[in-house]
Amino acid sequence: MAFNYDKYLRLEKMPTLWCWGCGDGVILKAFVRAIDKLNINPDDVCVVSGIGCSGRFSSYVDFNTVHTTHGRTVAFATGIKLMNPDKYVICVAGDGDALAIGGNHTIHGCRRNIDITMIIINNFIYGLTNSQTSPTTPQGMWTVSQKSGNIDPTFNATDLAIASGASFVARETMLDPKKLEKVFVKALEHRGFAFLDIMSNCHINLGRKNKMASAMENLGWIDSITTPLKKWEALPEEEKLNVFPTGILKEDKIVREYCDMYQDVIDFHQGKRKTITQDDFAKKI
Amino acid sequence: MATREVISNGNELSALAAKDAGCKFFAGYPITPSSEVMHEMSDLMPEIGGVCIQMEDEIAGVAAAIGAGMAGVRTMTATSGPGISLKAENLGLAQMTEVPLVVVNVMRGGPSTGLPTRVSQGDVRQAKNPSHGDYRSITLCAGSLAECYTETVRAFNLADRFMQPVFVLLDETIGHMHGKAMLPTEEEVAAGIVPRKTFDGAPEDYLPYECEADQPAVLNPMFKGYRYHFTGLHHDGKGFPTEEIETCRKLIQRLEDKVMMHTDELELNEEFMLDDMTGADGEVLIIAYGSVSLAAKEAIRHLRAAGIKAGLFRPITLWPSPAESIKKYTDLIKNVLCVELNIRQYTEEIERVSGRLDLEGLYKVNGRPISPNEIVNKVKEVF
Repeated sequence: MAFNYDKYLRLEKMPTLWCWGCGDGVILKAFVRAIDKLNINPDDVCVVSGIGCSGRFSSYVDFNTVHTTHGRTVAFATGIKLMNPDKYVICVAGDGDALAIGGNHTIHGCRRNIDITMIIINNFIYGLTNSQTSPTTPQGMWTVSQKSGNIDPTFNATDLAIASGASFVARETMLDPKKLEKVFVKALEHRGFAFLDIMSNCHINLGRKNKMASAMENLGWIDSITTPLKKWEALPEEEKLNVFPTGILKEDKIVREYCDMYQDVIDFHQGKRKTITQDDFAKKI
Repeated sequence: MATREVISNGNELSALAAKDAGCKFFAGYPITPSSEVMHEMSDLMPEIGGVCIQMEDEIAGVAAAIGAGMAGVRTMTATSGPGISLKAENLGLAQMTEVPLVVVNVMRGGPSTGLPTRVSQGDVRQAKNPSHGDYRSITLCAGSLAECYTETVRAFNLADRFMQPVFVLLDETIGHMHGKAMLPTEEEVAAGIVPRKTFDGAPEDYLPYECEADQPAVLNPMFKGYRYHFTGLHHDGKGFPTEEIETCRKLIQRLEDKVMMHTDELELNEEFMLDDMTGADGEVLIIAYGSVSLAAKEAIRHLRAAGIKAGLFRPITLWPSPAESIKKYTDLIKNVLCVELNIRQYTEEIERVSGRLDLEGLYKVNGRPISPNEIVNKVKEVF
């Protein structure tokens, strides 16, 4: 029997504002299936989104939802989570939202390793504002703010998250909804900051001027620049530069989560714990 | 009224007040001269099972605090002028989504980095409109150590009553002033807590933003079965984005009217040695607020000893301004001296509400406090 999404959607908000052929809907559906698979009560879920096409994600799903200012999802989510350590708090942000204007909050969310699942819908462009360069727009591609070809170097989002201390880091694309669902399940189950670089198409605002004007052409390009981690590891070094590995890239189940660590602070101030010293932490510097 | 004697400073009294008023969450970022608020909250919050977190920047400080407010708890951030500049966009989001929040601003010299360790009242105008768009600021200003406490308590209750951020303005002088303060007891403060309204009907009937034209939103805590939507976009009764013409108009008009039709619940002033004013020639009205009012009171004692009948009108709620009360005294008394640690920021409001353009002023913007003698000399010079 086909999966019934109705229970999790705000049907009166359909159809979405997303363009025909946009990958955001595929990602939304995979996320909903993951929530269902884990049998999570919708009352226990909070979805926090930023600004941009992905910002509308929160208004379509029937959870506790917050549509915040540009780039600040993790900061708002941190306040929500710290007051509700046993609830599921999920951030949904675009590549511009999470890596440009909100880059500082993203890296510090990773560093704290607070139990937030951060889904980055990475379509390599500012879509909602019509084709400006984002931190993941490949060099040489046309953007409306760099019509001669983008010269700005790119971020590798997962490298950034790993370096910043996120304990779960993965990459998938909207080409494989089953894999997407699985990685969402894993991320939601993980206690700690789960960072997901989910590649999606924007054939309208990226593809149209970069020789991939249809959704299929744009998706073909995403397929050509991604490969599963195992295969990626076997690639010659010079080829790795232009291919992104997919799958779970980091999973650290030992490093402590921030709300759990804050409980130590509460215990200290309530006299239930004598000290917090460097000896309490594996990583001392 | 039962009282207790506490020896502390203004910043720490503000933190103590937050704890006593039921605050459970604080998020901030280090900034002079307000950091002691966070230092104190880092002890007080975990003691009661709450949270104090130092965020990565000022923007995140206010965002996390608003997030906790969205989740349903009493929440606070503290900063100084440059921090307010950074927080401005998210303060606008809190106004638009109607999330209660207390923002303590310990004012220092500006603009820009200004005079970080020195006093100023340069953020009075900023507090009125920190971000873009139409809404009404509620801004309280403490004029004594005890008021650093009582005004912070009042701010929490007003934030929940009006469902929006409330500013508490301290300044470097009063924030770092150390001394004895007579405070209401914890029990009395606890008894005065009026939590935000909530909806307890069926979830399908819940319309958080569908309220009377002069009333705030009714926002239930998160994770309790009432799933709704916060957005900084114009929104309908359910909280969802809309561009419907009449819905948009009504929303912004309501943000205005929920405050401006209830200014009687907000106004608080001190009238110091004004009860014997008759309107006779030679009487002097001083208008001052915050730490400056301490110097003004001392000056008034000197002036009266020298035979000059002077008194002080001190607004404690700066925004919305106490228009009728100011006009009552500026109509009665001819000689008016406005004293501020900025250049006419509140004087322009007094001119507006009094309709008078002949007000004298004493303004200081070099980071130093105004002494009683400077006020006495100014009165003798201009009147």
